[in-house]
Amino acid sequence: MNLQLTADGRLRHLLTLDGLPRAILTQILDTAESFMDVGEREVKKVPLLRGKSIFNLFFEPSTRTRTTFEIAAKRLSADVVNLNIATSSQTKGEAILDTVDNLAAMHADMFIVRHSQSGAAHFIARNVAPHISVVNAGDGRHAHPTQGLLDMFTIRRYKGAFHNLTVAVVGDVLHSRVARSQIHALTTLGVPEVRVIGPKTLLPAGVEQMGVQVFHNMEDGLRDCDVVIMLRLQNERMKGALLPSAQEYFKFFGLTPGKLALAKPDAIVMHPGPMNRGVEIDSEVADGPQSVILPQVTYGIAVRMAVMAMLAGGNG
Amino acid sequence: MTASLPDAASLIDALATAIAPGFDPDTRIVGIHTGGVWVAERLHALLRSPHPIGQLDISFYRDDFSRIGLHPQVKPSNLPYDLENRPLLLVDDVLHTGRTIRAAMNELFDYGRPASIRLAVLVDRGGRELPIRPDFAGLVLDVPAHQNINLSRLDDGHLTLSIA
Repeated sequence: MNLQLTADGRLRHLLTLDGLPRAILTQILDTAESFMDVGEREVKKVPLLRGKSIFNLFFEPSTRTRTTFEIAAKRLSADVVNLNIATSSQTKGEAILDTVDNLAAMHADMFIVRHSQSGAAHFIARNVAPHISVVNAGDGRHAHPTQGLLDMFTIRRYKGAFHNLTVAVVGDVLHSRVARSQIHALTTLGVPEVRVIGPKTLLPAGVEQMGVQVFHNMEDGLRDCDVVIMLRLQNERMKGALLPSAQEYFKFFGLTPGKLALAKPDAIVMHPGPMNRGVEIDSEVADGPQSVILPQVTYGIAVRMAVMAMLAGGNG
Repeated sequence: MTASLPDAASLIDALATAIAPGFDPDTRIVGIHTGGVWVAERLHALLRSPHPIGQLDISFYRDDFSRIGLHPQVKPSNLPYDLENRPLLLVDDVLHTGRTIRAAMNELFDYGRPASIRLAVLVDRGGRELPIRPDFAGLVLDVPAHQNINLSRLDDGHLTLSIA
């Protein structure tokens, strides 16, 4: 049984993009398209989730993701409660399920969950009452499905379709839940050539089995790409002897105007944020004409509205 | 069971003739997805409106969302003008319970405050559940609750009404 879908094939929870059918991904992107215009109107709200309570459960800190979920929920007229649990009960030793049960007793309708451990959102989804939906906002190294979806939305907006694209995901794939969600979505949506580019120490063993081509240098990997997705290099990786130094990494894998010139002239550059300028990406590229990094943030609101609206409807 | 109904094109002609006398040229015509947009496009041509047509998808304003969920094919609403202080002509194909019109008016007010809204429908089939009445109706018909009136469009653009 698929935890994410109802018996009649509708979205029940959003935990990972792995195994979600193309029809559902396309429906989310189409619905997000309809929500795009809400942000432009006089009244930036629709009444869909009036009376629903959405809890942002962030066991790990985040600014952008939490904020865009909050804005998305508010544009749907839901009531939003933000809990930064890293700094509250968890430090007092309360178990996750006790926290969740307590919030359910406060009549929660949806949990948006971020946790440093892979599988946390699945664990909560398996243990909530039938009327409560769970959205994974990032769990460990496992998945970050709404980021993957907003990246697909961005690609579709700029490139129109998926069937004729070459897309490169560059950097620390090993530790990246974002990369995993992107790769699942890209292959499901029919991108014929998905590449991963990075040093051997930052690519997971057996990554080829996800249906990608592997490159260890930018010069080969970026050639003729339509879309270049840069990943954040987490500074703590430097300590674990996986990399010599930030300068060394930038020299080989940092996206500079010179390396970007190998991709197609109309290639777009994406990054899930927050960026390490001068480590994985040159400021000249990040702020340049091919960068769509800020539109990604805007689109994230519409995509999260679509996911929440699809989850909240039809339960009554 | 399908009974024959009047030709949709001549009903729209009659509707346009009824609307034309008091038609303020500043009026913006807004159709409700999907059938209402088809009717609105014809009216737009017949009334020679110089302004672009507006399209509303009321999926985000339906009162049965929590029961039946989001329609799988939501289309973006598109109102390519500021409707603040403008007269509007809201157009739908079939008027039944009135709930669609209530949702449409709620959505319109999230774009601004129109000067007025008048309602034109191709068919008023009765069965109202809300205090809403059309200003113009091409056809008034008393249809039993278990039957449906449907407007469809052929590839050549021809509109057909059917009852089943």
